[in-house]
Amino acid sequence: MSTTNLNADNHAEEHHGAPSGIMRWLLTTNHKDIGSLYLLFSLLMFFIGGGMAMVIRAELFQPGLQIVEPDFFNQMTTVHGLIMVFGAVMPAFVGLANWMVPMMIGAPDMALPRMNNWSFWILPFAFLILLMSLFMEGGGPNFGWTFYAPLSTTYSNDSTALFVFSVHIMGISSIMGAINVIVTIFNLRAPGMTFMKMPLFVWTWLITAFLLIAVMPVLAGAVTMVLTDKYFLTSFFSAAGGGDPVMFQHIFWFFGHPEVYIMILPAFGIISQIVPTFSRKKLFGYSSMVYATASIALLSFVVWAHHMFTTGMPLAGELFFMYCTMLISVPTGVKVFNWVATMWRGSLTFEVPMMFSIAFIVLFTIGGFSGLMLAITPADFQYHDTYFVVAHFHYVLVTGAIFSIMAGAYYWLPKWTGYMFDEKLAKAHFWLSLVSVNVLFFPMHFVGLAGMPRRIPDYATQFADFNAVISIGGFAFGLSQLLFVAVVYKCIKGGEKATDQVWEGAEGLEWEVPSPAPYHTFETPPDIK
Amino acid sequence: MTAKQSSWLIPAAVFANNAVADEMRLNMTKGVTDISASVYDLHMIIFYICCVIGIVVFGIMFWSIIHHRKSKGVKPANFHESTKVEILWTAIPFVILIAMAFPATKTLIEMEDTSDADLTVQVTGSQWKWHYRYFEHELDYYSLLATPQAEIRNERAKSANYLLEVDRPLVIPTGQKVRFLITSDDVIHSWWVPEFAIKKDANPGFINEAWTRVNEPGIYRGQCAELCGKDHGFMPIVVIAKEPAEFKKWMAEQTAIAKQAKEEEQKLLAMNMSMEELMTLGEKAYMANCAACHQANGQGIPGVFPALKDSAIALGDVKQHIDIVVNGRAGTAMQGYGKQLGLKDLAAIVTYERNAWGNNTGDAVQAAAINEFLAGK
Repeated sequence: MSTTNLNADNHAEEHHGAPSGIMRWLLTTNHKDIGSLYLLFSLLMFFIGGGMAMVIRAELFQPGLQIVEPDFFNQMTTVHGLIMVFGAVMPAFVGLANWMVPMMIGAPDMALPRMNNWSFWILPFAFLILLMSLFMEGGGPNFGWTFYAPLSTTYSNDSTALFVFSVHIMGISSIMGAINVIVTIFNLRAPGMTFMKMPLFVWTWLITAFLLIAVMPVLAGAVTMVLTDKYFLTSFFSAAGGGDPVMFQHIFWFFGHPEVYIMILPAFGIISQIVPTFSRKKLFGYSSMVYATASIALLSFVVWAHHMFTTGMPLAGELFFMYCTMLISVPTGVKVFNWVATMWRGSLTFEVPMMFSIAFIVLFTIGGFSGLMLAITPADFQYHDTYFVVAHFHYVLVTGAIFSIMAGAYYWLPKWTGYMFDEKLAKAHFWLSLVSVNVLFFPMHFVGLAGMPRRIPDYATQFADFNAVISIGGFAFGLSQLLFVAVVYKCIKGGEKATDQVWEGAEGLEWEVPSPAPYHTFETPPDIK
Repeated sequence: MTAKQSSWLIPAAVFANNAVADEMRLNMTKGVTDISASVYDLHMIIFYICCVIGIVVFGIMFWSIIHHRKSKGVKPANFHESTKVEILWTAIPFVILIAMAFPATKTLIEMEDTSDADLTVQVTGSQWKWHYRYFEHELDYYSLLATPQAEIRNERAKSANYLLEVDRPLVIPTGQKVRFLITSDDVIHSWWVPEFAIKKDANPGFINEAWTRVNEPGIYRGQCAELCGKDHGFMPIVVIAKEPAEFKKWMAEQTAIAKQAKEEEQKLLAMNMSMEELMTLGEKAYMANCAACHQANGQGIPGVFPALKDSAIALGDVKQHIDIVVNGRAGTAMQGYGKQLGLKDLAAIVTYERNAWGNNTGDAVQAAAINEFLAGK
């Protein structure tokens, strides 16, 4: 195989030494360096997008217009969504994949290291373009992260072109990242590492990568049509020219629904790594976990129009999408049941990664329940575009995706830095986050059911009390995340030395290499039993 | 934003006595139609199902968390798969879902059956107001937010139906099947009245259908549910359901008023209003219809909505100015006001725009000039 070749390359690099300073990071082709870059970038974006959430919650603290104008409010909701989805959650998962996938399958690096470098380094430019558009005359994108036409075409401001190009760059980056993951997993597995021996994080990422390749081009198509509708007189989404604004939503959600699974499947993978470790018991139903992930991925292509029940679909369409959506809860349920069965009669300890994982299982399931409720079309007519939906997707994305990222970060941090993190501080981070996130998002269910629409800068007075509570939860959650930065910073600087295995029950190749993981691992493939 | 806007308060005050509006609610409304009641039931059934599943699953998990701890000296068991169990917990949720799908399907089929309506109302959304047209009657009108800016800007205490009050509510009869044909003039809006369990998107260039049969007379409030730009949060919906006899009486009154207004408008053509009258009326109409985009100071929002102060249109050819106000400008957010405002208001607005904020053209545009323009094409 090409193993010898790779060895020769690595050897040569070591001879000359990696460039130091900023050039090391600009020119790096090392999966660990690029993984760190992705993770730090996503942390930065998490705080920028979070800052926008703080502006939103400050404005909504009381009824009336106090702090920002409605148009700027809309820019905040739009860019908050875009940054959190494309800047915080997705790059964080790519970062974790970069660090962990090669180590988990016994590969020396990602299969396409130069492309890996490029797929990261175009990202800062994408977000620079997006963020700078906020300072344009007329402001940044203000049509929601879903950019429904014709609000995003005929009726949008001049920054739309910048929005389109920035989404294009994000898409290119994601597609390259996904190709890299697939090629790596297919070609660089250590001898004996068969598909059904791969850790679940690797499996879920493999499936996620296929989803990315399938739908990111669809998003690129959607933004390109928005661009030509706005600037080049086409009428894809304008009835006056023979187009259809609802077609935009079909195209967008054909991307958008698999996209939400892109943001949750790797989370399932992380949780499936952590729960067995701290239960000191093998994952229950490994193969059914793989099949469940694959069926969720397949089903995700036939449920997109459940985001569009109110657009006036024919009855048959509404029924089809209702049934398919309800069906998704079956494989998702299987996953939750398997995690619980893994814990059952285990020997449990509750280190910080496990605490975040347990919180994930409970709170993500609550998000799943509200998802099931939203699937019921007649009830969806009442829930749609209210704060009930906002509560739903923040439960699956914040206490789902982001909690899993936190869990993963705490789980692997000692392996990355070679030091144990400050457990007291990390526990404070966990408990503060857990309480504040529920103060933040749980009351949203109530205001939504009581009839508060989403994406409004001002609201009727009967929603005032809950909104004040929600805002307080929001500020508390935002501030709590500074503790995470403190933990990570301290852990990089030093602390108690971590052992190779780090956690008592940890199993897998990544725990067999030293802590911190050396710059090059598995230059000769490991033996897989 | 002071005395001139107090005239807005009159219709607002009429509907400001709904005490229910201020009550804090936690759950979905049961509404006032048979459909909304069955939607509520579906919501509660699925909610209870979720609660039961949640209690069982989390119960088992927390049992494990409490009892299967390493600190209690528990040695881990060895089992890690069971096809039987996997099949079981795939099958049980599946059966629950099928049981749930039946009532949901039944309600959905009823909701989508818009046939045999007694009354049809066309609902048209535009930035940021609703327009209602009764198909069987000679009546159509716009319905705008009635909450004054002073309340929104926290300069005055908020009234009971803050942001949920309009100048002219939609009126429908109780006990009759009312069909709504929903569309839009510009971007996508969504017409939502929670008490009827209707939420239907208003798509430009397409018509959606919905229907209701209201059981109880009353005032029902809703809001636009689809992000439609800057003032999405400020385009409420108010529907008054009246007993059929009262509805008939109301309809007769309204059609008579509308007819009279049309006749008066014709008389107006012969009259000339003074510059002062035109400017006073113009300012009021401008604030109500134009200021949301072009701003009260006529300076617009740079990069989004053009300024009228010192603009080539407002200072240039009168005909062209009238044309834009009446017909709008295709491909932009500027809609045509020709069909939503009377000749007098249109004339006053054009006059105001040509003479306010230092645009000193001195042009007094009369209703007759607008009429001429409309007839001219």
